[in-house]
Amino acid sequence: MYQAACHQNPVNPVAITHPQWLPICRRTDLVSNSGVCALWGDTSSSETGYSGKPVDKKGIALFFLPGQNRQLYAVDNWDPIAQAGVISRGIIAELDGELTIASPLYKHHFRLIDGVCMEDNNIQLDTYPLAFNGNTVYIGCSKIE
Amino acid sequence: MADTTKKQKLVVIGNGMVGHHFLEQLVENKGTSRFEVTVYCAESRPAYDRVHLSEYFSGRTADDLAMGHIEQYRSWGFELRLNDRVVAIDRDAQTVTTESGAVGLYDQLILATGSYPFVPPIPGHQHELCFVYRTLEDLDAIRAAASTAKSGVVIGGGLLGLEAANALRALGLEAHVVEFAPGLMSAQLDEGGSNLLRKKIETLGVTVHTSTATELIAEADGRLRMQFKGGAELCTDMIVFSAGIRPQDQLAKSSGLQVGERGGIIIDNSCRTTDPNIFAIGECALYEGRIFGLVAPGYSMARTAVAQLTGAEVFFTGADMSTKLKLLGVQVGSIGDAHGRSEGSAAITFVDEQGGIYKRMITDANGKKLLGAVLVGDTGDYDTLLQYHLNDLDLPEHPEQLILPSNDGAASPLGASALPAAATVCSCYNVSKGRIIEVVQNGCHTLAEVKDVTKASTGCGGCAALLKNIVDDELAALGMEVNNHLCAHFPFNRQELFHIIQVEEIKTFSDLLQKHGSGQGCEVCKPTAASIFASLWNEHILEQSHVGLQDTNDTFMANMQKNGSYSVVPRIPGGEITPEKLIVIGDVAKRYDLYTKITGGQRIDLFGARLEQLPEIWRELIDAGFETGHAYGKSLRTVKSCVGSTWCRFGVQDSVAMALHVENRYKGLRSPHKIKMAVSGCTRECAEAQSKDVGIIATEKGWNLFVGGNGGMRPRHADLFATDLDDETLIRYIDRFLMFYVRTADKLQRTSVWLESLEGGLDYLRDVIVDDKLSICTELETQMERVVDSYQCEWKSAINDPEKLKRFRQFVNSSESDDKIIFVKERGQPRPATVEEIVETAESA
Repeated sequence: MYQAACHQNPVNPVAITHPQWLPICRRTDLVSNSGVCALWGDTSSSETGYSGKPVDKKGIALFFLPGQNRQLYAVDNWDPIAQAGVISRGIIAELDGELTIASPLYKHHFRLIDGVCMEDNNIQLDTYPLAFNGNTVYIGCSKIE
Repeated sequence: MADTTKKQKLVVIGNGMVGHHFLEQLVENKGTSRFEVTVYCAESRPAYDRVHLSEYFSGRTADDLAMGHIEQYRSWGFELRLNDRVVAIDRDAQTVTTESGAVGLYDQLILATGSYPFVPPIPGHQHELCFVYRTLEDLDAIRAAASTAKSGVVIGGGLLGLEAANALRALGLEAHVVEFAPGLMSAQLDEGGSNLLRKKIETLGVTVHTSTATELIAEADGRLRMQFKGGAELCTDMIVFSAGIRPQDQLAKSSGLQVGERGGIIIDNSCRTTDPNIFAIGECALYEGRIFGLVAPGYSMARTAVAQLTGAEVFFTGADMSTKLKLLGVQVGSIGDAHGRSEGSAAITFVDEQGGIYKRMITDANGKKLLGAVLVGDTGDYDTLLQYHLNDLDLPEHPEQLILPSNDGAASPLGASALPAAATVCSCYNVSKGRIIEVVQNGCHTLAEVKDVTKASTGCGGCAALLKNIVDDELAALGMEVNNHLCAHFPFNRQELFHIIQVEEIKTFSDLLQKHGSGQGCEVCKPTAASIFASLWNEHILEQSHVGLQDTNDTFMANMQKNGSYSVVPRIPGGEITPEKLIVIGDVAKRYDLYTKITGGQRIDLFGARLEQLPEIWRELIDAGFETGHAYGKSLRTVKSCVGSTWCRFGVQDSVAMALHVENRYKGLRSPHKIKMAVSGCTRECAEAQSKDVGIIATEKGWNLFVGGNGGMRPRHADLFATDLDDETLIRYIDRFLMFYVRTADKLQRTSVWLESLEGGLDYLRDVIVDDKLSICTELETQMERVVDSYQCEWKSAINDPEKLKRFRQFVNSSESDDKIIFVKERGQPRPATVEEIVETAESA
């Protein structure tokens, strides 16, 4: 259904320009105060994404914190330290006043807002804008292409 | 701006740990403004951590071990020439010439050439199956040879030789140690200590041959045959020489610098050689007739040389060679004059043959000062003894108390306050107590900050406990509270939080946070709260309000492995299983291509399940009558048992029936940490119950109950709590014991540590559980009854609930699986592909 998000016609044509907002999953797919993983990108190697360049498949971790000032966050699901796609399965943790995700394998903290690893500033996960549009969750994908 | 034309040329030959430390110190002491630095290194990579070299075999990579980085050197403005060995020094022209023909000028020259492994000239020692243990390349070669070998011999029973033997063992080989001297580690240990070490190492399966001289190594049928003096022989597949080190002094010698009779570049207390423009530091240097083969003295020489070059008055005056380490899992410590060779010295010895502990302290004739010590099997007293030795402190009136096991159960370490400010706490980085206090007073109020600023305890880490002590003491002295709070979000420990949740009947984290916490919670307080909720109210862990609180293992009710896949452990109560059920496990494993392994707790672990496969796997297991094994939870794991009186001619009670009863009663109980139990059918104790949190051993009259045992990292023999109990009393005591533990233990505290920290110890525990001193036994039993009654198999509930199953999707928007999880076959079963294998696959694709 939402398998190859880049192939979908965006609901709101104005949003195509910059950044490109594209549907990634349904609101009901998210889990409150926790994370899920969504697949981004091209699922058949011959096709291309919006910009005409091939898009690699990658997992993106989506976090939903209802009732907070900012309630949606999206970061790469790949933990470069543990070398495994597990970020969405971590615990959301506040560290020195910052919201982070504690990776489940070696417990490194990555700041949700910009993906910076709190234990090693040189490591940073890519982050993406995320928004609701009705019952659909949209992701800003300029960075992905 | 420094004028570059006025900079002196500084050449450093050698880039090992000491050479690297020299460069670091040079930068720190602003030496870069005075010197233009060129570093020559014969190896292909910059400095790496040779102290932890063996960890290369236990998963650390060359990158992990790296100390010097090309980029870093460049940013310091140093020229680093790798793979270019210096072959000549012309002291008149003040030049060095390298293998590649390059010539470099120097004003000041540092020799940090290190050492090379000594290989005794035994005929046959050049055979391609003979190795040394010094560089990463050596280790690569050993690993390659070990892949086809069955047994390996280490020649040399010193410190490094035993490390090498451990490495061979870890590579799956049958390991032998051949030592010329009558004992192991003869440089550091006396006879008694050495004998005990040998005994311990032999029980680990390493064969030790002492007083054995190898005369010949010959090839025989593709293997190596070693011939010993006296005629004995030993056949093996590979040999590692570790018979000591020799200073790398050839270059110095050929350039006319004075070297010692048995090698080593002679230096004075400024670390200068016989040529005042040339320094030697580290293992290549000879000071007052001694080579210092440890890293701390090498660092100390490096600091001296830097000081001399930058105009500071620092001298090298020899070094303490005390050492504490773990060899093949055996703790060994040696301080000062370990052999008691000082004139008029006296010794105090403590030997516990059963416990495998040997401690000996050497004092002066009056018993006033500590000259040396040997510790084998237990180095808990090392730090205290070392401080007495290094700081020349007066020993207490009864010095033997320093090594005797104390009656109150707690060691009596030398309080941080007893040390003078000048006392060296960290000898790797030469950090004194005074320096630590200074940084605490200047605003470093956490251990991490203190370590970051002073570098103390970041080398070998041996002073970690003492450092923490000093920091805590100083914080207390500054009037700051040393808190035992769970985390930044709750100003309580686990026991207090448990009490609050129970009394106020709090059922959700948001409620708890709002009433008693601050902020938004973290990965420490969330699972702790979830565990307390489960202990008290026993709701399903995947209830909406608890989902975000759980560790991933609890969330997905399986154990995450390193590549993000999971392992599955069905409950097999008491280790009893029917052939039909065994076949189901086999079928499931085969269908999903899972790696299967028998666990230590008499169950079967199925590895390599993908997240999205977990519900299907469990549906099949549950259909066949299995329940979750809670291997993922801080909860009851297994109750191990022997076959008992039903089959065994020695058995006096039906241990299997009791194990089944106990396991079925406490399964699902959430606790501060995991709980393991065992039931043995007679005093032969085949179920190893005395190493469990709760151990039950059959007697002619009933059951003996043991508590607080532990295996694993910190083994503890369980304490005998009560004897000859009938079935009913046994269960009642266990109910009370477990619930009392669940209520009062700290987070992630096993029963062993909890019991040790319980004021009043075992007697107090008996007062509470047997005599009901606190009048809480009825309450404890009621609480346990509620948990037992509300048990549900979490997996059974989950697979019948579509909402809960939604979580078991790899991707919420796709049915694809994670293509980053890759398995390869080994010994007929799947295992996670290594990073190298994944790269290879990608390249060939």
